[in-house]
Amino acid sequence: MLLIRCPYCQTDRPELEFRYGGEAHVSRAQDPSSVPDAAWAEFLYMRTNPKGFHVERWRHTHGCGRFFNAVRHTVTDRFLATYRAGEPKPDLEALAREAAR
Amino acid sequence: MRFNALNLLRQAFGGNIGWPEQWRSPDPRSAYDAVIVGGGGHGLATAYYMAKEHGLRNIAVVEKGWLGGGNTGRNTTIIRSNYLWEESQALYEHAVQLWETLSQELNYNVMYSPRGVMMLAHNVHDVQVFKRHVHANRLQGIDNEWLTPQQAQEFCPILNVDPGIRYPIVGAALQRRGGVARHDAVAWGYARAASALGVDIIQNCEVTAIRRGADGAVEALETTRGTIRTKRVGVVAAGHTSVVMAMAGVRMPLESYPLQALVSEPVKPIMPCVVMSNTIHAYMSQSDKGELVIGAGTDAYTSYSQTGGLHISSHTLDAICELFPTVRRLRMLRNWGGIVDVTPDRSPIIGKTPVPGLFVNCGWGTGGFKATPGSGHVFAHTVARGEPHPINAPFTLDRFRTGRLIDEAAAAAVAH
Ligand SMILES: Cc1cc2nc3c(=O)[nH]c(=O)nc-3n(C[C@H](O)[C@H](O)[C@H](O)COP(=O)(O)OP(=O)(O)OC[C@H]3O[C@@H](n4cnc5c(N)ncnc54)[C@H](O)[C@@H]3O)c2cc1C
Ligand SMILES: [Zn+2]
Repeated sequence: MLLIRCPYCQTDRPELEFRYGGEAHVSRAQDPSSVPDAAWAEFLYMRTNPKGFHVERWRHTHGCGRFFNAVRHTVTDRFLATYRAGEPKPDLEALAREAAR
Repeated sequence: MRFNALNLLRQAFGGNIGWPEQWRSPDPRSAYDAVIVGGGGHGLATAYYMAKEHGLRNIAVVEKGWLGGGNTGRNTTIIRSNYLWEESQALYEHAVQLWETLSQELNYNVMYSPRGVMMLAHNVHDVQVFKRHVHANRLQGIDNEWLTPQQAQEFCPILNVDPGIRYPIVGAALQRRGGVARHDAVAWGYARAASALGVDIIQNCEVTAIRRGADGAVEALETTRGTIRTKRVGVVAAGHTSVVMAMAGVRMPLESYPLQALVSEPVKPIMPCVVMSNTIHAYMSQSDKGELVIGAGTDAYTSYSQTGGLHISSHTLDAICELFPTVRRLRMLRNWGGIVDVTPDRSPIIGKTPVPGLFVNCGWGTGGFKATPGSGHVFAHTVARGEPHPINAPFTLDRFRTGRLIDEAAAAAVAH
């Protein structure tokens, strides 16, 4: 069971309070009808699925109910950061350097 | 040396010290006609059929760990072919037919045991879905039958069909030809048979890069045991497929999740079949050693940790204790996780990629063990000929662009 820090509630809470929402920063096309099939496939189905740092969405379903983003290492499952929806993706290399210290 | 009665006797009287190694472990050569990445059951089966049916002998399987140390050796070995869509039925039924004679084919006892796989229905939705499957299967000549709760209990006497339990059993779908096999033996049997045909089986050899030429085609693999030149590569890396394909710059419609299983302490035979419940996330069978083999669900998030959350397996044990009250006091001996590669439509991807010379066989998710012989057989054809076998032709990577998905999601859910 993961312990996850909600960036709104500012507390570490057990995984059971949250819903996972998949890879973060995947955005729908502004003008869907002008998008070719390959771009739709990319948006709908293609995922980075990295072995390493993963940028992902979570929702604090049984808490404040809000969506936020997180950076987690997919081998150790350790969270490096959580941040509010709408905030830019953190610099993964800087986070990695910090984590290595 | 072949396994037969005479050799068994000879070796028994000789103290069993005369058995030769089961497969060669050569150093990698500098070049091969084709290389399979991943020494699980699917990769080894692919190499075997490439050698046997397509005459390719200058080929190798490279495995980063030991043979079958991935999902092949971690799975709960349920075999069945009662899938919903014709494409899937053809694929999984092809495998079941190969299972039926696999021990003879490989001269290796894979302990295929068609003891029946029973899938429990707990609500109206389950009943409708399973009956739809029964009909779809029977139209294709695949056995699948509907049982009442009483018939289900006759088939599996330890099943609790009391209507008062939290998720009562309201019926079941039974595939009698379904069953289980010995996972390690499948990897070892294919490795032994492939090696005998000249295939190099190279363990402790991790692929770290895929080199492509100016035309974009595959040229070589970089591995922890040196460079291997080859123009044809088949990636069969299960949970690590996205990682390996990224080395060639190909993005995949895959997410990797931990999936768990447990075994209990061994007891005398109490369970004659496999029972699965998708709805309450539990399934169970009994191994020949007497352990109850129990499968749980996947974690909610992607991970390569090979350990799932404790709440996932305890949720499954809650369901097991209710379905099979007689096992309530058994202790669990071991609990482990494997990393499964899941596609959006829960069907595998077996075929070409945008990179010339690069082929992929993946996306088997939580349920690919059952397909091992069939998957290897059609993928061998694909890699050897450069074109898919009719059975795997629908299972392209391109279907996620065209929209021709093979949606087994409702049917498979967490199940096997
Ligand atoms: C707990 C659990 C229960 C399951 N239960 C069932 C079941 O009951 N029925 C069923 O049909 N299926 C089941 N499955 C699914 C099944 O195990 C898989 O679909 C199947 O084993 C995949 O076959 P494979 O040979 O491709 O995988 P694997 O055995 O995982 O083989 C892939 C291999 O690729 C290697 N590899 C990865 N990266 C590299 C690299 N860079 N270089 C070299 N080698 C590499 C890995 O080390 C691994 O050995 C279950 C899975 C799990 C985890
Ligand atoms: Zn919150």
